Amino acid sequence: MPGLPLSWRGNEGEVMWSLTNISSAIHDWLNQTFNPTWVMVIEMVIAGIAVIGLFAVLGLVLVLMERRVAAWMQIRLGPNRVGPFGLMQSLADTLKLLVKEGMTPDGADKFLFNLAPFIAMMVAMLLMAPIAFAKGFQLWDMNIGVLYVTAISSIMVISILMAGWASNNKYSLMGAMRSGAQIVSYELSAGLSILTIVVLTGSLNITDIINAQADGWWIFKGHIPVIISFVIFIIAVTAETNRAPFDLAEAESELTAGFHTEYSGMKFALFFLAEYINVFIVCAIGATLFLGGWMPFHIGNWEAFNHVMDYIPSSVWFFGKTFFLIFVIMWFRWTFPRLRIDQLLTLEWKYLLPISMFNLLLVTALAILGWHF
Amino acid sequence: MFIVKYIKEVFGGLKSLLVGMRRTGYYFTHHKEIITEQYPDNRDTLVMADRFKGEVILLHDENNEHACTGCTACELACPNATIKIVTKFDITPEGKKKKAIDKFVYHLELCTMCNLCIVACPTDAIKMAQTFEHSVFNRADLTKILNKPDSKIREGIE
Repeated sequence: MPGLPLSWRGNEGEVMWSLTNISSAIHDWLNQTFNPTWVMVIEMVIAGIAVIGLFAVLGLVLVLMERRVAAWMQIRLGPNRVGPFGLMQSLADTLKLLVKEGMTPDGADKFLFNLAPFIAMMVAMLLMAPIAFAKGFQLWDMNIGVLYVTAISSIMVISILMAGWASNNKYSLMGAMRSGAQIVSYELSAGLSILTIVVLTGSLNITDIINAQADGWWIFKGHIPVIISFVIFIIAVTAETNRAPFDLAEAESELTAGFHTEYSGMKFALFFLAEYINVFIVCAIGATLFLGGWMPFHIGNWEAFNHVMDYIPSSVWFFGKTFFLIFVIMWFRWTFPRLRIDQLLTLEWKYLLPISMFNLLLVTALAILGWHF
Repeated sequence: MFIVKYIKEVFGGLKSLLVGMRRTGYYFTHHKEIITEQYPDNRDTLVMADRFKGEVILLHDENNEHACTGCTACELACPNATIKIVTKFDITPEGKKKKAIDKFVYHLELCTMCNLCIVACPTDAIKMAQTFEHSVFNRADLTKILNKPDSKIREGIE
């Protein structure tokens, strides 16, 4: 795959299996069989299929996980009828959405209306590129990975605005406008809390950021300022992905379904899927920046302990951390009531933004004086 | 001072959020008590809430006697003409005419379970039952006569 295989051998553990070996084996075999141009093309196709496959699996798993977590937090059981333990529930729902008619309202701007869900999916796909799923397993290891992520994630708002405007429906438009205000505001504090890690690492490259955490994750190494910026990051990305308690863009009780009121069938499913994919991606970014991505849990110079931790495959670490953060975000959703739009903007502009600005200064001082581990 | 108040607000807010998360986290980790019923599976042991309102029934005792005087207070109280009382006149042993019910007609298909008839009844003759499996193939089956055949009013109810 483009940018593969990356060789970072600073902390080689004797893992039983790793995605790196698989991907480099495929790469070598293709290189022996085809000429380099075709190898590039085939690898891109493989990468595309892998991403789409991951999307499908993530959509099914996360929807089921959300419903189960919600049920358990509300002292219910959750879906348990379809298949063993209700595992086939989301598959059945997908099948239902696939065979449903995708209606386009008469008054809608048809081109934009049909384009919007695909933009939502495209943004989610683009965001997959710089994420390191395991050691040396990354679609595109670019030197401005973090900047790329913050830049691309702000395109998300365009698809929501487009859907809201093209639907020609007052609820959709109101939901879209709220979402616009929300994403534009919360991007600031999300960006500033990402910057704290960039300041500490001195690099925008995702691989460099992960390698910098080989002797401890930033959330432990960076003392309280990094913990503050982690909390701010989690709050801000919850808002950016339009999830409760910041789901004003949808706000079932006031706006029926907000920007996707008029969508049905597969077009609705794409928005639904994009929401969950975005949750996964922001949690993956959070795990990469603050919890060390695929980096196993290492403590300073404890060689034996670090060696034992290296036995757990790096992909397990990455997905474990990411799913932990996803669980936290789901925990938020099923605990907190929805904010009003003025409360939402107050929270950002009067609390999160000043705190994260001050925190960034603090972290910069920390980094210059070398007070972190 | 402004800045002290600001910091207090931030920590107060965070604390209240954490209290809420602790509660839901407790529910998540203590997954034993389930408040929902697994309905078709536990049909025999189904526990209904006391406040559940399924349909209006007329209470009969073991002597096939009820407490309905035919006053039509329930009929008047009903907002959508669900209840229709057909009265007749019984002749008492003293030779006086006494009003009694002939038929207590109840249209379940019109009922919204608003409970106003139960509140209006002066003799507590009717109450809300907790049954809920009301589906039938014929709409006419939902029109019910609530008083049982040959039932009569209990002694001493005026």
